[in-house]
Amino acid sequence: MSRPPPSTRDQLAQAATFFQSGMSLALPVDYAGVSMALTWPLLASGTKDFDLVCVPTGGLQADILIGAGRVRSIETSAMTLGEAGGAPCFNRAVREGSIVIRDATCPAIHAGLQAAQRGAPFTAMRGLLGTDVLAQRNDWRVIDNPFSDAPDPVVLIPAIRPDLALFHCPLGDRQGNVWIGRRRELATMAYAARRSLVTVERLVDDLFATEETAAGTLPALYVDQVIEVPQGARPYGLWGVYGGDLPALKRYAAEARTPEGFAAWLEEAQAEAAGIRGGAP
Amino acid sequence: MTEASKREIMIATIAELLRGVRHVAVGAASPIPAAGAMLRRALAEEEATPPVRLSILGSVAHNFFTNGSVELFDCAGQGRIDAFFLSGGQIDGQGNVNLVGVGDYPNGKVRWPGSFGSSYLYFVVPRVILFREEHSPRIFVEKVDFISAPGASPEGVYRPGGPSALLTGLGLFDFESSRPGFTLRSVHPGHSLEEIRAATGFSFAHEPQPPLTQAPTPETLALLRGRVLDELAETYPGFAAELAAEITTTGGD
Repeated sequence: MSRPPPSTRDQLAQAATFFQSGMSLALPVDYAGVSMALTWPLLASGTKDFDLVCVPTGGLQADILIGAGRVRSIETSAMTLGEAGGAPCFNRAVREGSIVIRDATCPAIHAGLQAAQRGAPFTAMRGLLGTDVLAQRNDWRVIDNPFSDAPDPVVLIPAIRPDLALFHCPLGDRQGNVWIGRRRELATMAYAARRSLVTVERLVDDLFATEETAAGTLPALYVDQVIEVPQGARPYGLWGVYGGDLPALKRYAAEARTPEGFAAWLEEAQAEAAGIRGGAP
Repeated sequence: MTEASKREIMIATIAELLRGVRHVAVGAASPIPAAGAMLRRALAEEEATPPVRLSILGSVAHNFFTNGSVELFDCAGQGRIDAFFLSGGQIDGQGNVNLVGVGDYPNGKVRWPGSFGSSYLYFVVPRVILFREEHSPRIFVEKVDFISAPGASPEGVYRPGGPSALLTGLGLFDFESSRPGFTLRSVHPGHSLEEIRAATGFSFAHEPQPPLTQAPTPETLALLRGRVLDELAETYPGFAAELAAEITTTGGD
């Protein structure tokens, strides 16, 4: 297999054209395929004031963006580093009140994205009544189910339409299609978002060549650019390809407990990314 | 065979609480509930009762969802999940669960990860088992600081689901949604009603002398130490090894 004409390094540098201050960014849950590789060009672009949408929970990537001072608000059902513990920069930002937090519940985030996927303005969902999650959300509404004879309150969730979705998955092809297998939330993110930027482990010739890969493929219609970045989810794992690096996550959790520790970690991580991938830090 | 350890008693209790379920889901980072659900599945086979389906998040071998992380919630919303487990940073006497934090929202003194799917699943899964091994007044409070998921709902709110029991390292409680409130069903061996009272920040109903939590039968214990431990090792290798080590030493604590 020959490499695509522009190098990974060039393509990651060009990804900067996707980034704008004030944009909303959809990021996947830690086990679904996080494009950690795009974190570095995103930081290097100097853009900020992001509104994060975690689908449906956030972890390392969101925590780094918060720690680097790039996040204005975050909508999420949880922020965690999994077995490595709490998300230190997020926790600090919440304590200091330096970011707006929109606490949600997992199915509400899926529901909002699915409404956007259908081009609908909102969707209805069960649950939530009597929770402080609902009480704190002035963008959600409660109405009486118009199809019920008896009173039946239901919650309305507005469509979530992120400006940009970022994720990583195993395969992409020369036509810009990507293979997401059964991680359908990646498709939902891409359907809902205005643009999608995807990194893949490996580029193949044509994902539509066989029904086996066509079935789990997200067509190029929803993908604005595909960049081949082997190990692009690290230190997270990628389902079916490689496992996560728990010691690395634990190290981050420990070092990012203070702003100084985070800054040192970030400098090292950016230098390492620049060394391996040749991207400008 | 050595006696059942405290953790084995909790696992066997969960398997008992799951009697009759067709499909049980277990969230991430929940080794004891996962073991209890695996034991229920194994017992159902032994007892030749209808098979039990298991969805263990974070497992590859025990998770058959193919529609991404939304499928668990869609499945639950349709009534296709009979039982689920929730924990909480705080749980109060009315069954309210707080997964968000302590103090005034949003900038309180302690922040936990967040509500995850609890604000939905608590409403739609018929048998939600509250599980928290640590039993202290810090966790079991009079009133939670933030309601991620309410224990009961007023009439007219769609609520096919809710808490059915609360299992801790000290005892087992039933939940009554009509009150709403907890009733102590049993005390784990080695503990007492007084100890539970002192460790619980809310009041609960109880008999003057509540019975001891039942230890598993030798057959159940053998199943747990054999097949279930093997199955568990795939998702929770560390926990499975710890449990195996416990068995070969004291058999309790």
